[in-house]
Amino acid sequence: MNELNVPTMAEFIGRGEVPEILFWVGCAGSFDDRAKKITKAIVKILNHAKVKFAVLGTEESCTGDPAKRAGNEFLFQMQAMNNITVLNGYEVKKIVTGCPHCYNTLKNEYPSLGGNYEVIHHTELIQDLLNKGRIKIEGGSFKGKKITFHDPCYLGRGNDVYEAPREVMVNLEAELMEMKRSKANGLCCGAGGAQMFKEAEKGTKEVNVERTEEALALNPDVIAVGCPFCNTMITDGVKHFNKEDKVKVLDVAELIAQAKNL
Amino acid sequence: MISIVVFIVVFVAGTAFFTLNVFKVRRNILLGKEIDRKDNPSERLKLMTLVALGQKKMFERPIPAVLHLFLYVAFIITQIELIEIVCDGVLGSHRMFRPSLGGFYTFLVSFIEILSVLAFIGTIAFLSRRNLLKVPRLVKSELNGWPKLDANFILLGEITLICFIFMMNGADEVLYNNGWSHASESKGSFGLAISSHLGPLLFGGMSESTLHIIERIGWWGHLSMVFGFLNYLPYSKHFHILLAFPNVYFSNLLAKGKFTNLESVTNEVKLMFDPSAAVPPSDGAPMRFGVKDVTDLTWKQLLDSYTCTECGRCTSSCPQNITGKLLSPRKIMMDTRDRLMEVGKNMDANNGEFKDDGKSLLGDYISSEELWACNTCNACVQQCPVNIDPLSIILDMRRYLVMEQSAAPTELNMMFTNIENNGAPWQFSQADRLKWKDE
Repeated sequence: MNELNVPTMAEFIGRGEVPEILFWVGCAGSFDDRAKKITKAIVKILNHAKVKFAVLGTEESCTGDPAKRAGNEFLFQMQAMNNITVLNGYEVKKIVTGCPHCYNTLKNEYPSLGGNYEVIHHTELIQDLLNKGRIKIEGGSFKGKKITFHDPCYLGRGNDVYEAPREVMVNLEAELMEMKRSKANGLCCGAGGAQMFKEAEKGTKEVNVERTEEALALNPDVIAVGCPFCNTMITDGVKHFNKEDKVKVLDVAELIAQAKNL
Repeated sequence: MISIVVFIVVFVAGTAFFTLNVFKVRRNILLGKEIDRKDNPSERLKLMTLVALGQKKMFERPIPAVLHLFLYVAFIITQIELIEIVCDGVLGSHRMFRPSLGGFYTFLVSFIEILSVLAFIGTIAFLSRRNLLKVPRLVKSELNGWPKLDANFILLGEITLICFIFMMNGADEVLYNNGWSHASESKGSFGLAISSHLGPLLFGGMSESTLHIIERIGWWGHLSMVFGFLNYLPYSKHFHILLAFPNVYFSNLLAKGKFTNLESVTNEVKLMFDPSAAVPPSDGAPMRFGVKDVTDLTWKQLLDSYTCTECGRCTSSCPQNITGKLLSPRKIMMDTRDRLMEVGKNMDANNGEFKDDGKSLLGDYISSEELWACNTCNACVQQCPVNIDPLSIILDMRRYLVMEQSAAPTELNMMFTNIENNGAPWQFSQADRLKWKDE
């Protein structure tokens, strides 16, 4: 396996160069053991397609999304202003994120605070790379496998991006199946709104169990996701049903990287 | 002559009382804070045409959508007959449009009759869905008591109205068959699609005076039901038939994922970064972050609450409600409206001034347990057929809990502390942010 090439923004500037795009890794992508694998898959794709990208590295900080959704507008705006100072300092124009929550916050909530960037989700970047022929996928290890995609709320309903992940996966020549509640009617994994960081309220069922049950009813080989938090929730759901040997939970970026044996 | 006087009294009183109540509702809605929803009129008009007039979002669930469409179209078309009733009432005439419209009149009233039959079927189906089939979203606990009664009352009212239409047209048909109708001196038939068959079937063989009484009961009944309904609207969830249109027009046109950035907070944060920053001076009023009571909400959020017809599509798509949690987006809207009406009544009783009643929307109506359950997933916002946004109210109340009361759940306070100290919601050092590269 080739070593990952992950230049930082500081290194680019040091060389007097400007990257095509900034890869916003996010907290989950930086620290969560499962999500780090998604981050690496995204980097492998970027390296393979020879995309000139950079990360902020230790200069990156939480976008403030979980604070904002939990009602702590102060903390959110503090985070936002600090990040905007860093991003504007590097004159960043275009950002790709590995997480729909970072994506939504950077794209929608930073502009009125002075941060104006073109922000895309990693599935949109992969779609673009495929369209431009910078990467090519013909089938691969997922050919003929049954895959269902779980829409992340902040990519789908939040920003009306439903087709990019699906169009990317078409290249896998897999059997793509839709859950009854999909796209605009998709059911949340249970993590959003800062629920990831707290116990659920009293109820009859966990949200991730409800959602995973729906996905498993399709008998898929893979439940595809586009968000590190959905990944955690659905993975836990699959474990709840003791199906972890049969059903894989993979990010769209991992599907592409694995299909190409990157 | 007496009937003309009675009619004018009913008409004027009915209209005046309704107008009075509309002004009260308007006053209540304008208790909300300012928010700009006047931009982009062409897009707003298009949205209103598609979603309110065209019922676009209703068709996500085809069965209730078709049944609702019967009632909706029948309601609109019947207004044409209402115009004739009003003209007849004022002038003392009988079916005054008939001579001038001729065959088109027969077509038009037949069309109304056919739609009325469809609406009748729709209403019976709706009553069955609520009371016999017990469709889950229509029997949830927040509907216990008045809301359930309100819903059934509206449906029974619609059935009664339709019955009056057929009493009127059916009895008049039999009168015409016998040459007794005020519409014509000869014997004949109006040739209307339903009543020309239904009339003789129900009322055939009755005496002239009985038939005239039945016809008048139908006519006056129709009229009083219309004015009754009109004046019932401001007290009922049924207000949606009017408010759906402005409510959709003033929809949020931005991405659903985008939440507002509180300007008051921005000013504070700017001052923290740079004490000499130029921020707009405060107007002297004590600042409150987030929402505690209805008067902290925007007028659009208050309009949302009056527009809600309690269909429960939001609640039935809410991941937390589906899994048995207390949160129900519909209840958020119902509570908002109930509290707003309480505030309004308080003002009415105190010469237009609100007298502190020691109550608030947060706490007395909506509990923090409900608020903390929300996934902010936007399913409720997506599902609402009239573009109501319960999520914005939930978030605004969370803001109050956190920024005014420091009352977030412990785990969330830990998450806040981690972000403050490490720039991540977990206890990892920012200096380790790139370690994944070498693992």
